[in-house]
Amino acid sequence: MDRREFLKRTLISSLTLLMAEKSHATGKETQRGNRANEINWAKYEAEKKTREAVQGESYAVLVDITKCIGCRRCEWACNEWNKNPNKPLSEFEKSASEKPSVFDRIRRTDAETFTIVNRFYKEDVTPIYVKKQCMHCLEPACLSACFVSSFEKTKEGSVLYNPSLCVGCRYCMIACPFDIPAYEYFEPLRPQITKCTMCFDRIIEGKPPACVEICSADALIFGKRSDIIKLAHRKLDENPERYIPHVYGEYETGGTSWLYLSPVPFEKLGFPKLSKKPDTEKTASFLFTVKVLEVVASVPLVYAAYKAISSKGDKEKDE
Amino acid sequence: MLHIKPYQAREIKKKMSSWIREKIFLGKTFSEYLAEHKNPMFILAFIILCLSFYSMAYRLIYGLGPATNLSDTYPWGLWISFDILVGIALAAPGLTVATAVYLFGLKDYKKFAKPAVLSSLIGYVFAVFALMFDLGRYYRVFYVIGWSWGLSSVLFLIAWHFFLYIIICFVEWSPAFFKWLGLNRLRDYFSKLGVWATALGVIIAGGHQSALGALFLVASNKMHPLWYSSLLPIFFLGSAIFAGISMVILESTIAHKIFKNLVKDFDDVEFNKRTIGLGKALFVILCAYLILKLLDITHYNNWHYLITPYGYWYMFEILGFVFIPVILLAFAVKENNTKLVRVSALLVVLGVILNRVNVSLIAYNWYIPLSEKYYPTWMEVSLSAGIVTMIILSYRFIVRRMEIL
Repeated sequence: MDRREFLKRTLISSLTLLMAEKSHATGKETQRGNRANEINWAKYEAEKKTREAVQGESYAVLVDITKCIGCRRCEWACNEWNKNPNKPLSEFEKSASEKPSVFDRIRRTDAETFTIVNRFYKEDVTPIYVKKQCMHCLEPACLSACFVSSFEKTKEGSVLYNPSLCVGCRYCMIACPFDIPAYEYFEPLRPQITKCTMCFDRIIEGKPPACVEICSADALIFGKRSDIIKLAHRKLDENPERYIPHVYGEYETGGTSWLYLSPVPFEKLGFPKLSKKPDTEKTASFLFTVKVLEVVASVPLVYAAYKAISSKGDKEKDE
Repeated sequence: MLHIKPYQAREIKKKMSSWIREKIFLGKTFSEYLAEHKNPMFILAFIILCLSFYSMAYRLIYGLGPATNLSDTYPWGLWISFDILVGIALAAPGLTVATAVYLFGLKDYKKFAKPAVLSSLIGYVFAVFALMFDLGRYYRVFYVIGWSWGLSSVLFLIAWHFFLYIIICFVEWSPAFFKWLGLNRLRDYFSKLGVWATALGVIIAGGHQSALGALFLVASNKMHPLWYSSLLPIFFLGSAIFAGISMVILESTIAHKIFKNLVKDFDDVEFNKRTIGLGKALFVILCAYLILKLLDITHYNNWHYLITPYGYWYMFEILGFVFIPVILLAFAVKENNTKLVRVSALLVVLGVILNRVNVSLIAYNWYIPLSEKYYPTWMEVSLSAGIVTMIILSYRFIVRRMEIL
């Protein structure tokens, strides 16, 4: 081994050691290279070309929190369908009874998890399980925030993300009131945002989202949004003692395609308190005001510039 | 075909080397030039730059995850907060002083205008440079200019305005640049263009300074009520204007101390008079800002938040870095005390830094437990420190060569 070879090998081995140590230390090295959003976007593009999008109204899902038993099968099905890293179904199912359990801390979606179930407690310490995923807003904040327009609200109701335009600024994550979009922080070259697609690729084939299909506790119901809202109100009317009188998502931030019924106030379950008017209206009126002001201000400014030039010209003549 | 004879080639080479010696090394040889920089300040700058280059390389090779403390809860950290929000606010001298001089004919302040334009240009260029390390796919940044437009986004407006404003600053600064190169024709041409660039610059700079505040309008439920307001864009614009004036006061003070030999016919009395004048302008705008803040708290009925820990922090920002400078400036102007004006300007600049950090890091996600809050890694800090160093060194490099002061 000559000296050059020796140096080369030392360099390479120390570099690989450094990289290996790094990924080992974080344990998040797998959080990259997600394909689900890309696949759904491709299907959306193809579908746009080939046929008329869904006729009439968009779809929605009703989550009846009182029915959820915390089996986490929806999480398993979501990972399975979207080809996210997964574990055997039994490991998900036993979380509710096991100690310690993943339910011990409140989780959020991340780059390889599009949905999660969290556990809260009623005052009499009975557990409440709450599923969390993209709410698929009717006026999505992520969409309005994106400066290269890489989100789309489809007629089916899904809010889809297009990785081929994304610059990776992460403003959608700031904007989302539900903290849903996640980012592939451990991908140095081609990171993307990842999020639930409401199984757009299943909906266009006439199937419900994977999580809805697997739910055997009757906690998730899929249908046209107007039907879902009617159903939610019927449930409230028939069992007023079971729920608090509020369909979360009917009006929140302009309405969402995922709606919730709860036995306790939604603030106690980590749902943000949102007004009927989406914040995107504030952004829109700001942008409008700026544009108007810029046009209006340009008149006196052009005049001032003209004056400045002509007075300079006069001076030069005087000299 | 171009034939260059050997003696011509020698001639060209000689000319080139003498040009480099004159223009780049200020008439010294390379080793002389290098020796001049062997002092503790430059060694410190060199160390900071080395660390920041390491951080940059690390970020590019391993990604944001290993290099920073950014997370899904805190997608924006020190780089957006300090390099962009603070950096752009402090790069507002061009918006304030250059406009007053070139557009509204305040000839008394002419001496302040060229340095102001230069600091805006350098500030913006390096802010955008720093941004490249924060963007996940920096190589796609031009998508926003010509490929895909997100017209409903505040960030779209900011991106376009940054792009335009850098061009504007370049046009405003270019007469000095072309004079240095000895290209007088180009210099005259750009001098004429300068007034129009300034006029356009007011609109563009005002638009994006306020837009930086408007970025957070969309996250009403994530911001602490004391910092969230529909007036955020106006607060950001107002504070950028007083940050710009303060920076002019500080920069001119430092520049006139260090580069005194470069300033032609330096007049101490005149300079102090102008500093007081800038102090007066600062006083007026700070007062307006303070009144708006009071109205804002009253409008949202946020008084009760003031007796919480976040409220104390808010009062620290407003009282310490807006109210106290107002009092100091009132005295300073009355007593003709330029030193006090400079102290106030320093306080105001620190206040603007604190405000931007408060809005983007402290008030954002204020409800999450303290243990989950974001704090930067040493690499994030060193990269930002490196950017500041580069700004100072570039300013020095240009000021010593071109007619700026």
